[in-house]
Amino acid sequence: MSFMRLTNLRLRAKIMLAVRSFFDDRGFLEVETPLRIPANAPEEHINPFESEKWFLHTSPEMCMKRLLSRGYGNIYQICHCWRSSERGTRHLPEFTMLEWYRAKGDYHDLMRDCEELLKWLAKGDWTEAGNELPNNIRAAFGNVAEQISVEEAFDRYASMGMQTAMHRGVFDEIMVTLIEPSLPRNRPVILKDYPAEMAALARLKQGDPTVAERFELYVNGLELANGFSELIDPTEQRERFMEANCRRSQAGVPTLPLPEPFLGDLATMQPAAGIALGVDRLVMLLCGAERIDEVVSFTPEEL
Amino acid sequence: MYSVADLKKGLKITLDGDPYLVIAFDFTKPGKGQALYRTKMRNMINGTILDRTYRSGETFEPASLDERQMEYLYKEGSHYHFMDQQTYDQVIMEEETLGDSKNYLLENLKVDVLLFGEKAIGVTLPNFVNLRVTQTDPWAKGDTSGNDSKPATVETGYVLRVPPFIEEGELITIDTRTGEYSTRVKG
Repeated sequence: MSFMRLTNLRLRAKIMLAVRSFFDDRGFLEVETPLRIPANAPEEHINPFESEKWFLHTSPEMCMKRLLSRGYGNIYQICHCWRSSERGTRHLPEFTMLEWYRAKGDYHDLMRDCEELLKWLAKGDWTEAGNELPNNIRAAFGNVAEQISVEEAFDRYASMGMQTAMHRGVFDEIMVTLIEPSLPRNRPVILKDYPAEMAALARLKQGDPTVAERFELYVNGLELANGFSELIDPTEQRERFMEANCRRSQAGVPTLPLPEPFLGDLATMQPAAGIALGVDRLVMLLCGAERIDEVVSFTPEEL
Repeated sequence: MYSVADLKKGLKITLDGDPYLVIAFDFTKPGKGQALYRTKMRNMINGTILDRTYRSGETFEPASLDERQMEYLYKEGSHYHFMDQQTYDQVIMEEETLGDSKNYLLENLKVDVLLFGEKAIGVTLPNFVNLRVTQTDPWAKGDTSGNDSKPATVETGYVLRVPPFIEEGELITIDTRTGEYSTRVKG
């Protein structure tokens, strides 16, 4: 193992401690839910690994929301997740997720959590692990976040409006090639209010049902977290899962079983908001790593 | 036929009739969105760089490239003629396409010619070639100016820096990968 990688892994352990103390200080309960489950939330573009007719979870959200429906308060979890065929400089098929839920909250509460967590981390003394946090990263974490609606981002950075891009089926391409590279890097960026079609489990915005109460957190141009106000209507949720399966079947990818116990429990779930943050990417930023490979103990290619 | 899953650095594909070399590639996936494959490719004929983003399901034609050992024959204007010693097929390459390789082309030199269909698009040279010095200033014995190199012209017209003791008419070895003097060929 190279010296840099060992340094990064030492720093990673310290970051995990800091993250846990952040949530502990705020009264969140750390939970552990099964990693192997009978059904994930069917989504158009997320492919689970099968495991003896069940699946490795693609995120812990099914089980965590069932805990909420049983009356748990604010909860968080740090766990491995699996998504098939995702490998790149910022993607691993097995990665580490930090997921937390605000009982009774909405996506604005999560935006505040994000800002506070980043500030908390920016203040950390990472020198002990042999790393000096670069000034640009300290600023990217510590400054007040800029909120930009997705529609505004298209107007500002792309040559086409958000709705037009959706109609032409080029939303993702424009997001990746024009918008993401143009986002401010001297502060965290919250890109919010995604098109309703692009939020399988989010509540639609009060007063504007064309968009969902969903946001993505970007730091230094890197997509770090995805959060939303939870949809708690079981009928609408079932329809969205069926729509996702319909699009999967049109695209020629296998349809997925519906998570029935989750849909059953959703009927008793109170309003809440949840968010998933990519831990490996968070570590990348704090280590100044260019590739996700540099912040994990083993990549799949090394096994 | 290649699919996006085959994309990697070094893959050669045909695009709009030209061969392209994939020089950079990354998988990306905007939150909840579809998988996208961002690639940077270099046109193997004119060197232009192209950025393209592909989705899963898209396919590519491989570039049918062939490498054949040929002998350099002669130059006519800006055309360089090569011949396959087995089949006696001849190909012509433009000076512009050859780039720096032209500096080392001496008649009868054996090189690997890269062919895209019938078209020659590049040569791979031996790592070292021997060329005779046709012009260089003499070294004054006892020169203490501290100059540790001087310019010299070799028989292909190429000019490079050589140690001061090299004289006109001597044979020297040049590293074709760097274009630099390597050693003097004795005798």
